[in-house]
This record gives sequence, C-alpha cells and structure tokens, in this order.
Amino acid sequence: MAMQLTRRDFLKSAAAAGAALVIGIDARGVLAAGHAETVLNPFVRIDKNGFVTVIVKHFEMGQGTTTGLTTLVAEELDADWRTVRAEFAPADVDKYKNLFWGSQGTGGSTAMANSFMQYRAAGAAARDMLLRAAAADWGVDAADIVVANGILTAGPRRGHFGLFVERAMTLAPSQEPKLKTPQQFKLIGKVDLPRKDNHDKTDGSAMFAMDVQLPGMVYAAIKRSPRFGGVLESFDAAAAKKVGGYIDAKALPNNAGVVVYAKNTWAAFKARDAIEAEWDFAKAESRSSDEMLARHRELADDPEFDAGHVGRATAQAAIDGAARMLEAEFVLPFLAHAPMEPLNCVIEPTANGVRFHDGCQSPSFVQGAVGRALQLKPEQIEIKTLYAGGSFGRRATPTSDYQVEAAHAFALLGRKTPVKLVWSREDDIRGGYYRAMALHRAKIGLDAGGRVTGWDHRIVTRSIAKGGPMENFMVKEGVDHTSVEGVEDTLYRVPNMAVSLSDFRSPITTLWWRSVGHTHTAFAMESLLDMVAVETGQDPIAMRLGLLDRNDDKQRRMAGVIEAARDFSGWQNGDKRGFAAHFSFNTWVAVVADVSVDGKRVHVDKLHMAVDCGVAVNPDVIRAQMEGGAGYALSAVLRNEITFKNGEVEQSNFPDYQPLRLTDMPEVAVTIVTSNEAPSGVGEPGVPPTGPAVANAIFAKSGRRIRELPMTKSGFEFV
Amino acid sequence: MQYELNINGRRRSVEAEPGTPLLWVIRDALNLTGTKFGCGVASCGACTVHHNGTPIRSCSFPVEAAAGNEITTIEGLDGRVAGAVQQAWRENDVVQCGYCQSGQIMSAVGLLSRNPSPSDDDIDNAMAGNACRCATYVRIRDAIKLAAEKLEA
Repeated sequence: MAMQLTRRDFLKSAAAAGAALVIGIDARGVLAAGHAETVLNPFVRIDKNGFVTVIVKHFEMGQGTTTGLTTLVAEELDADWRTVRAEFAPADVDKYKNLFWGSQGTGGSTAMANSFMQYRAAGAAARDMLLRAAAADWGVDAADIVVANGILTAGPRRGHFGLFVERAMTLAPSQEPKLKTPQQFKLIGKVDLPRKDNHDKTDGSAMFAMDVQLPGMVYAAIKRSPRFGGVLESFDAAAAKKVGGYIDAKALPNNAGVVVYAKNTWAAFKARDAIEAEWDFAKAESRSSDEMLARHRELADDPEFDAGHVGRATAQAAIDGAARMLEAEFVLPFLAHAPMEPLNCVIEPTANGVRFHDGCQSPSFVQGAVGRALQLKPEQIEIKTLYAGGSFGRRATPTSDYQVEAAHAFALLGRKTPVKLVWSREDDIRGGYYRAMALHRAKIGLDAGGRVTGWDHRIVTRSIAKGGPMENFMVKEGVDHTSVEGVEDTLYRVPNMAVSLSDFRSPITTLWWRSVGHTHTAFAMESLLDMVAVETGQDPIAMRLGLLDRNDDKQRRMAGVIEAARDFSGWQNGDKRGFAAHFSFNTWVAVVADVSVDGKRVHVDKLHMAVDCGVAVNPDVIRAQMEGGAGYALSAVLRNEITFKNGEVEQSNFPDYQPLRLTDMPEVAVTIVTSNEAPSGVGEPGVPPTGPAVANAIFAKSGRRIRELPMTKSGFEFV
Repeated sequence: MQYELNINGRRRSVEAEPGTPLLWVIRDALNLTGTKFGCGVASCGACTVHHNGTPIRSCSFPVEAAAGNEITTIEGLDGRVAGAVQQAWRENDVVQCGYCQSGQIMSAVGLLSRNPSPSDDDIDNAMAGNACRCATYVRIRDAIKLAAEKLEA
C-alpha cells in the first residue's frame, strides 16, 4: 500500500498518537479474568511476576514487527528484554488503528513509522505509573527511584515491576509521559537484540492459521474458474463423492466457484480436484499473454491520463530540439506473491457472530467485507491474529477474498460448524491478485553536454485501486498513484519530464506486491538512467548525484545513500558493476551489484546495499529486510512470470514458478546510514533497486540491456 | 485403513485413506503442526521430516511407506546436532515469517548428522530443495556453518 507521508504528517500523527494513548487508557485498569495481569494501557500488560506483554497492533509476516514494537515499549519502560513478550491485538479499530490510515491494518512499510511515538509513549506512561506506585509504597520521592532491566531501585529497596502493578493501576496516567532522548536509548539501535519470534519459529511451536484445529472443524477447498471472471454454470460432484473423507459440495452464492467440504485437508483437495464444473466465460479474460502485450503497446501509443510534470507536447518539443535521443521500452510480467504459507483461515461461530483465526493483515478490511457477506456488524466479527507465513501484500486484499470465501463456506453449512478454508499452492499461483503486468516506454532527449533536456515516460498497467473499495482514496484525476509512483515522483531533477498513464483493463485481479508500483517503476527508471550514463559516457553514480539538489531534504538523503553505497562497496569509475537507487515508503536504498557472466550463464555474486530509514530501531531487522527484500526481488526478476494462454494461467506450482533458492542467493552486505530522523519502513524498500542494479551489472559485463522480465527471457540462465 | 506409525519415538495408531501423504497424517490426524504444507509436490521442503534419520518430503511420501520406520518431526528433534542447529538459528536470527524454517532445520540437521563439517557445495546440495520466500538464505548458510563450529568444539 502506498501512502505518501511527509515529515509534517509524521509529526501530526505522532501528536495524535499521544492523544490516542491518553484516551485509550482505562486508568482504573482492568484485571483480565483468570489472568493476574494488569492492563496499564491498550498496549502494555504486566503480571505480578513482572512479566510484560506488549500488545502488537500489526501482524507479523516476518518483517519483525513483534520485535520492533516490543522494543519501543521495553525501551521506554526500562524493561528486561528477556521478560517481555509480544501478543497480537484483537480487531479493535479504536484502539489499534494504523495511525496513518485510521483503519486497522499493516502495509506500506508503515508499522514502525506510525507506531514509533505511540508505543514509546505507552511504555513511558506505564513506567511512570509504576514509578509513582513504588514511590508511594516505599515512601520515597519518585525522582530517587532508578529503573533498569525491569527492576526499580531506591537505595536499599529493590523490586520488580510486578510488585507495583496493583497500586499502579489505581493511579491516573500522565497526560504527557516523558520520553527518553536518543542518547538514553539502550534497546533502540542495539545491534544484537534477539528477535522475539526466534524460539517458537525454530522448534515447531509457532502457530500459523494453517495450524489451527478446532473441535468439529471441517476442511474446505474451492474449485474456482480457470479463467478470471468466469461464472459457475453447473457442477457434478459424482467423482468427488468417491473420495474418502468427502462431506459435501456447494456452489458459492456468487457462483465464483464450488466449495468442497471434507474431513481433512488432503481429502478436501482430492475431492475438489474431482469436481467437474461448467463455466460461463462470456465476461471472462480469454486472451493470451502476447495479445495482452499487444494491447499494452496500443495503450502506450495514446496515453489516457497525464500523471504529472509537464504535458507531453512540452516534453516532445524538448526532445525534438535535443542533440541525441534515447528510446526504450520495458515489459514486466504478472507476478504471484506466493507466500510460503498458502492462504487459509478458520472461521467458527461465537455467541454473537463469528471468530476468525487468520494471519490477518487487515482486520478492518476483513470486518467490513465479511460483515457485508454475512450481514454482521464489524464488531460481531472477532479476529484472532496468528503468525502469517509471509504475505508480500497478498493478505491485504481490500475485498478480503479468502476470508469472504471462508465466510460463505461457513454460511452454506448453516453457520454452526467451524470451517478451515485452505488454498493449495496451485490455487495460490493461479488465484490472481497479482502484481500487474506493466509496460514502460520512454523517450529521452540529451544535449551535446550529455544532459537530459526532455523525458516522455508512458506507463501502461492495470490499476490496483480502480473498481475496488480503495478507488476513492487512491485515484486522483484518473491516475491511480500506485501505477506511476517512483516515476511521477522521482527525486531526480529531470527537466521537461512528462509522465502519462493508460489503464490496462482485464478481469484478472491485481494487488500491491512488495513495494507496489515501485516494483516496475524503479526497474524502468534505474535502467533508463544507466542507459543515459552509458550513452553520454558518464559514471552512473556521479551522473545521478548531479541530478540531485542537496538543498532539498529528500534529494539530500538520496545523495547520502548513493554515496554510502558507493563508498561502502569501493565503487570506482569504470567498474563493471551495476548500480541503482530508489526512494520508496520514505526510505532510501542504493545497491551496487556484482555479477559473474559467462556467455549466457549468470550468477549474482554480491549486493552492497545502503539504506537510510531514519532512526534504526532494530539494526539487525533492517539488515534482514534488506537481505530478504533483495532475495524476493531476485526471485522475480531472474525467473518468475505468470503468463496466460486463452485466459488460463500457464504456471501452477513452484516447479514452474521457481522461488529463489539458496544456491541463487548472493552475499548481501548492508550499511545503515546514521540518522536521527523519524523511522520509516524497511519491509518493501529493499526490493525496488535490486532488480535494476543486477540488470545494470549484467549490461556492464555483457553489453546486453535487459528490457523484458524475467531476465531468462533475454536468454540468460542463472546458475 | 489403520496404520501403526513410530513418530518421535512414540507408537501412534492412525486411520487414513491409503495413499494419504504422511504430511497430512502428521498434521491433520496427529496435530503435529510444526511440519508445514507449502507446495504438495516435493518442491519447497516445508514438509521435511526424518525417515530413519534421512530428510524426506512428507507431502509426497505415502503413509503406508512410513509404517514400521522411525519418523522424526521438528517437535521430536533432540540430541547434540539438533541443539546446535536450533541454537545457531537463534543466534543468527535466521527466521522471518518462519513458515519454512521447520523444514530448513530438518534438512540442516540431516546434513550435519552425516557430515559435521560441510563445504559450501555440501550445503548447496542439502539445502537447495528448501525454499524460503523471505530469502533468509544468507543466514541459513551462516547458521549451518555456526552449528558445524559448535559441533566441532
């Protein structure tokens, strides 16, 4: 999800965070029934043994939120890291909304950025209450009490948090809890702080929705249309009935498919595969990939929308008057997210509605969409969030596709039986909500001195937002910002730049995919800049630095991260290496790529990544996200594509949608730019510059410019 | 059909259709959910368990072939090699989403059990079948080397 956020917005949000906290605190406290724990505010509970539970409002898909938000509370609380645990928040938008959006959900690399002040304030408020309680208990001045590692000390008196929680909950919380200065940080910025989820994820005990079993639960799998937009006409379950463990099969109410119930997952898959179904394809996508590409090209000839900067005529005039012109087209395929845990969730009845067990990325989306499907109010839909086995954007569907499927499956059985809906990997690869295919076409004018004089940049892709619930929010004057972000708002000072957009229309569903529009725009922009550098005989790094004005805050930080990558990697002018940099989600990342090329055989040897994400709350999590973002990008740019034949997806599972393997993974060295700016996200920003850095490195080594992804389409083989 | 299985050192009697992959018996019938479903076609390794000490992909291994043999899942791991591997995984903070990591660890324990000081090529051969969409591979490789060091000490 791409929400632009200025520094001023951040400060406003931070102020709102403080207010939300104060409003949210029940000063009398609530002793949770059956648990001797005191709720000091919506984000912190402390039990009588001094163990601290941080209520984490964002879900954990691997990005490190359970560690990150817990760090913020533990820091301000002066807690002992070993006795702090993380717990996922329930669906409760008032208490747990994303402060940047106003709804409860995770995405757009916002978790740390929107929570930074809020969770610190929650920790500080709790600390202040404990401190005052201890002062009253001991009859000392609060100012004479020292707090460290979960222990309060005043002279000879010592006690852990748990001894003071009962009195603390009788105190009114401070309206403005005092926060630490950065110099006082002990946990924020600590390089070797262990992740909160590294024990349960290494002994098999971590619970994902896939692992939930409830008494009386049945398993469901769905037979869906082989073409997007197909409508079920009829089905025959005769063969499915012969599968041991088969229970029943019913048409979904919108005729999007047939839900098959069984006594276990295997039987559900087998019985589902045995269903014979007839479909009406009148409104379905029936084109093949080559026809779709031809349509993208037609749409680029005559753009529908101006997306920013100057008009096309102005750009064209500047290009016409130039000494030289450079033209290029880039084609990027549909991509599946393919999180390791196939989509699934469990739905069960409650006294008042339903409860989901889900690796839930967006409780607010789910409450809205399932509420409409089942005629329930949002508050009648409870959500128990579990670890998510990856998402990369796939679980944040505004339509809540898989949760709504589960809701229908549950309703069709009479709303009494718990249902676990499971997608197979084939369902996932063929199930849509893809990163859309994208075409970029650019014409660039260059003067005799090698400077850009004009730039006509046309983008064709399927809008994520149009026709969906996010349209009003994300589309302005016809332009879905996520289609053009990364080009339209490039930090480089490009004169006479026209950016235009056409929407490719198709029943194929598309969605944000780790870094959203930047997944394709960064590839085009950073490949084009490399081409300009080559064409004009400039060092690609020096040329980029020349396009940045350091009086502008964002451009200054872009230059900073570019220089950091240059120096960190030992870049020398003339090196046969690849470079790319990109700004996304308020974070700057620059990458130097080293590759080996032997004829058509390529190996990516090493990536040197520099990142500026403001205050580095968890440096090792930041490194992990750069490594992981790079690896996720490589998987896509090297080999992955979703293609269509007569509307049907040609790939089906990992053998033909190969994930990056250990043997493909380059070394990754990361340097984090030191900063006191507000923290920004790291989950997505490592993705955009990685692909173009590698493509530019392949060009440097082989002289072959990659204009189509995946790179295997250019005849390269990755070994 | 009734099958007698030896799982994590315990005899377990389970009812399953013939041909059911061992994965689904372990997960759905025995509720040992540390072993994961990722692809169903032995292409990702999330379902890796040990069959008489050797890593296998349980999603493509019929339950009847497991009868009478020793099956170990992540929940049943113990011993020096497993301890070293799990400790190395924690020290290196390998995990991200964590979904594939049971399988990664089962493959790594299998490797180090028969080859306590593997080369990079050995690691490639043993681990290339275990996919991680979070791409924690840099740390997986380092953790295997760290575990090997621990075993040497």
